[in-house]
Amino acid sequence: MSVRPNARPAGHKPPFWRDRAKRALVFQLLLTAAVAVFLFYIVGNVQDNLSARGITTGFGFLNNTAGFGIVQSLIDYSSQDTYGRTFLVGLLNTLLVGGLGVIAATLIGFIVGIARLSPNWLLARLATAYIETFRNIPLLLQIFFWYFAVLRTLPSARDSMAFGEVIFLNVRGLYLPEPLFESGFGLIPAAFIVAIVASIALCVWNKRRQEATGKRIPAGWISLALIMGLPLLITVATGVPITWDVPELRGFNFRGGFTVIPEFLALWMALSIYTAAFIAEIVRSGIQAISHGQTEAAQALSLPRNLVLRLVVIPQALRVIIPPLTSQYLNLIKNSSLATAIGYPDLVSVFAGTTLNQTGQAIEVIAMTMAVYLTISLLVSMFMNWFNARVALVER
Amino acid sequence: MIHNQTMIDQRPAPSNTLGPVAWLRANLFSGPLNTLFTLAGLYVLYLLLVPTIQWAFINADWIGTTRDDCSREGACWVFVNARFTQFIYGLYPRSEIWRANIVFGGFFTLIAWLAIPRLPFKRWVAVFALIGFPIAAYVLLHGGYFDLPRVPTHRWGGLMLTLLLASVGMIGALPIGIVLALGRRSNMPIVKSFCVIFIEFWRGVPLITVLFMASVMLPLFLPSGISVDRLVRALIGLTLFQSAYMAEVIRGGLQAIPKGQEEAAAALGMTYWKRMGLIVLPQALKMMIPGIVNTFISLFKDTTLVMIIGLFDLLGIVQAALSDSNWLGFSLEGYVFAAFVFWIFCFSMSRYSQYLERKLNTGHKR
Repeated sequence: MSVRPNARPAGHKPPFWRDRAKRALVFQLLLTAAVAVFLFYIVGNVQDNLSARGITTGFGFLNNTAGFGIVQSLIDYSSQDTYGRTFLVGLLNTLLVGGLGVIAATLIGFIVGIARLSPNWLLARLATAYIETFRNIPLLLQIFFWYFAVLRTLPSARDSMAFGEVIFLNVRGLYLPEPLFESGFGLIPAAFIVAIVASIALCVWNKRRQEATGKRIPAGWISLALIMGLPLLITVATGVPITWDVPELRGFNFRGGFTVIPEFLALWMALSIYTAAFIAEIVRSGIQAISHGQTEAAQALSLPRNLVLRLVVIPQALRVIIPPLTSQYLNLIKNSSLATAIGYPDLVSVFAGTTLNQTGQAIEVIAMTMAVYLTISLLVSMFMNWFNARVALVER
Repeated sequence: MIHNQTMIDQRPAPSNTLGPVAWLRANLFSGPLNTLFTLAGLYVLYLLLVPTIQWAFINADWIGTTRDDCSREGACWVFVNARFTQFIYGLYPRSEIWRANIVFGGFFTLIAWLAIPRLPFKRWVAVFALIGFPIAAYVLLHGGYFDLPRVPTHRWGGLMLTLLLASVGMIGALPIGIVLALGRRSNMPIVKSFCVIFIEFWRGVPLITVLFMASVMLPLFLPSGISVDRLVRALIGLTLFQSAYMAEVIRGGLQAIPKGQEEAAAALGMTYWKRMGLIVLPQALKMMIPGIVNTFISLFKDTTLVMIIGLFDLLGIVQAALSDSNWLGFSLEGYVFAAFVFWIFCFSMSRYSQYLERKLNTGHKR
């Protein structure tokens, strides 16, 4: 009984293929070699194909003249600029629609998500109908709908829809009055910043005072008055240094003002409405994840209802909401690449579309485009990890 | 000494807590704010529903074959009617549509068999659905065997192509996803980092760039002289993209299995593949089904992107039909039809996934 029948004689080592560590090492070496051979094969093929087609690799093409116009640009751009500049223009347009889309989607999403939990039966049903309709229809279809079926069927410039004679909507886009800043305008943003700094200082002071003495002043309202009031006061004091350039119909088109192209409107609306449906579900599940005992305990401490929400429910719900919320933001930014289907000049449409077709530098262009999106993803997931570590529950 | 031997009958609830009026008061008019919301909601509903119903049903034209049959006051469903075969089968030859119909029939039968819990032989049906059926469907659709005339892939389209892209992307992504998820949880550093890089790369880029890459760069990767069918290129792109998302779903399922399960299997002397294949994966896959259905829904919606690289899926063929000069100006009808089809599929799948989640939850709640 004391001797196991299969026991190995002492000093006899098992063969190396039975040793887990060695096996793992061999397997990993084999895998690395296989990947290396695969990459080598692809690189070789690419070189053969490119030389057969007479395409030189490298990023030199970025300095060549692009020679095509772009309908919307946040920086100065003309067709005489380089391909490198088209990359920048596209990137900025992507960030513009992504940033504005994130803001609009968050607003709609939070409103719909909270409405879905409303005790009002009709409101909750309407919110559910919104969510189930928009998240179950492909985004590209929604973009087409807004662009081809709504914005492209608007009246022509002569029969524009006018909102108060300053805002006009027609098939060519949305025309808004553009503010023109005169001298002395710089004081207003400065006043705004001063007001924000003062509000933060006030809140910190208020919190310290409350911890020391138990007394507090309504700092929130004072801050709001400060942030709204101070810039307004300066505006009036400096004699309103803003004039509005109102769009005017001249001939067949509008002159002056600020034009929002219909491609942007369609993409922005579709992205916001689609992503908001997902955000609403995230908000709902985040709020529902907070156990009812939390609310009851806070009520037992006789906290008023707004403080129960602000101090107990929302901080805990945000812990649940923010990780999926950021991944929805990421989805929105990645989905903005669908711009290419309706011709909004974003990164994919301008750079991976027109520039790629003109230069034929497929590898470099696609790699640069992908690198942009990868960088954004990486930055956001770094933020996510930081945030998760910060808010993670420390359990004993 | 007991005076009252019978229980007093329950008194009816106060009349203001019963019946539809009480329900209305509790759910719609419980306070001034709520009343305001209800009235605003009713107004929005009125603004949306009345014109929609008038357009889509009351003033709509249903019967006819040309655009002259439409009065143009409401929706012209004649357009959808005239193009219906194309929307479903694309440019598939009319005389061969029976082949597509057999595939459709088999597809929906298999899905129904797998989805309805009571039906037996789930395992064998699943194996057939994953291996046998795709081969049979390819032979039937593509032809060239058994005296079936060849139908080149550029004639495939419509809803058929949408379902094909989604299912093939899914079936291809599942095994790759399992391997990637296992690799990401592996103890071997090189294997793990390869898998992490692969997964994060595909998850970090938009599908449209993946499809561009598949259609523009894939021909460069292959030796000159070898050309790949455009549909196959799109399928490769979709599958790789989907496999990364699938890997994350599977990883989530694997993490939900207690470590003791694997340790117990190891204590019984099972090898890695036996531990995974017989103990961990069967338990994990069951918990992953809702997540897999959800990724399938997003893949199903994402297949519309293939129209950007020139394939005619349901949305692509609708978009192409809208530019037909005989039928200009019916974009609303076309999009509403396509949206309706997509919505039916996605909504029923998401309901099914919610049902599964409820059903599977009971056994695992702690």
